[in-house]
Amino acid sequence: MKFIDEYRDAEAARRYARLIANRTRRPWTIMEICGGQTHAIVKFGIDELLPPELTLIHGPGCPVCVTPLELIDKALAIAAAPGVIFCSFGDMLRVPGSREDLFAVKARGGDVRVVYSPMDAVALAAAHPDREVVFFAVGFETTAPATAMAVYQAHRATLQNFFLLVSHVLVPPAMEAILSSPMNRVQGFLAAGHVCTIMGTAEYGPLAARYRVPIVVTGFEPLDILQGVYLCVRQLEEGRAEVENQYARAVRRAGNRPAQALIREVFTVVDRKWRGVGSIPASGLGLRPPYDAHDAERRFGVADRHTEEPAECESGLVLQGVKKPTECPAFGTRCTPERPMGATMVSSEGACAAYYRYRGVAAKVEAR
Amino acid sequence: MCLGVPGQIVRLEREEPGARTGKVSFGGVLKPVNLSYVPEAGVGDYVIVHVGFAISKVDEQEATVVFDYLRRMGELAELEAPPP
Repeated sequence: MKFIDEYRDAEAARRYARLIANRTRRPWTIMEICGGQTHAIVKFGIDELLPPELTLIHGPGCPVCVTPLELIDKALAIAAAPGVIFCSFGDMLRVPGSREDLFAVKARGGDVRVVYSPMDAVALAAAHPDREVVFFAVGFETTAPATAMAVYQAHRATLQNFFLLVSHVLVPPAMEAILSSPMNRVQGFLAAGHVCTIMGTAEYGPLAARYRVPIVVTGFEPLDILQGVYLCVRQLEEGRAEVENQYARAVRRAGNRPAQALIREVFTVVDRKWRGVGSIPASGLGLRPPYDAHDAERRFGVADRHTEEPAECESGLVLQGVKKPTECPAFGTRCTPERPMGATMVSSEGACAAYYRYRGVAAKVEAR
Repeated sequence: MCLGVPGQIVRLEREEPGARTGKVSFGGVLKPVNLSYVPEAGVGDYVIVHVGFAISKVDEQEATVVFDYLRRMGELAELEAPPP
């Protein structure tokens, strides 16, 4: 397909890899933010094309992974309530809560449905006025405009049976949490291209300046990632720390203004917990009045429910780039995609799941 | 999760505010897409689609930069390479 295939050209990728090797003089550690990028890096073996001085570590950019256990438990309680149609993106169904997952609720007769778009849930609410329809709104800035449009349209159509369980998180506060941690290893970032498609690039200037890290807004195909790494290495070797845009075919500096306007109309910035990381100030979105009438936590009385994260899982360290998946003692043995212990093994975009799927035996042997 | 797939707008169907919709072709497969967030995009344009919403119009000039860059850097490397 156009705008995909040409960015997977193997010869061009090898040439980029040579350019990177020629530029690299010292060891550097670069973090890619987005789970989609992590997936592409491991799937296409991009990390194996890079010189040994470069280490790519994988960031917290998988919204499924960072949704806290507490919110999964709330989703399970709401989905099991009589009369509820619980709608979710497919990858949330296998995410384990404290005791079970959404599949288990569905198996017991709960009406849990996979939707492609939040607008599908609005259509269900219109078609079933006698039922309460709840959409599990998970996602980063990329997904927020779709969720915002859903609740905006439902509100205008006075669909009082439409609710959102909101788990929207924001990327720049998580980057700042990583950079300000005493454990931080990150010297340069590949920022998440589609997040920037919505929000633009202005938020990253202050981060690059304050923490002296280059930030390269990067796309998702192999050549995008290789060019992103090249631009990042060039800045590191030259001692620069600026914001650059590799993904200019989809990202404008100001972002998508109509989308930002609807996000501001519907949401307000709130503190959010990140699974495996903890609470990060001003790192998420919550509904603002009058749209908070559609807040599922309030409607179903689960707002005060709290769950502690299990201590045995090291996914928090993986999400912050402190550890590689294979450095976890449970990787590939007690923790697999079929029986995930934690966030990063759960979602197909999680770093642990990507290593398990594409590195298979090699990763498991390396882990021992 | 933030997966965005490029496709080409083949038809506009509704033009109401908040419900600007059309059909987008992904390698020949047509899907309904909400186009409210890309008011500047019309039939023939490529857009990046995420969960049923077009979030950006693809800038076709910028799309070749990754290759132009490689070409320029390749020429530069040849100029800088030591003579055989």
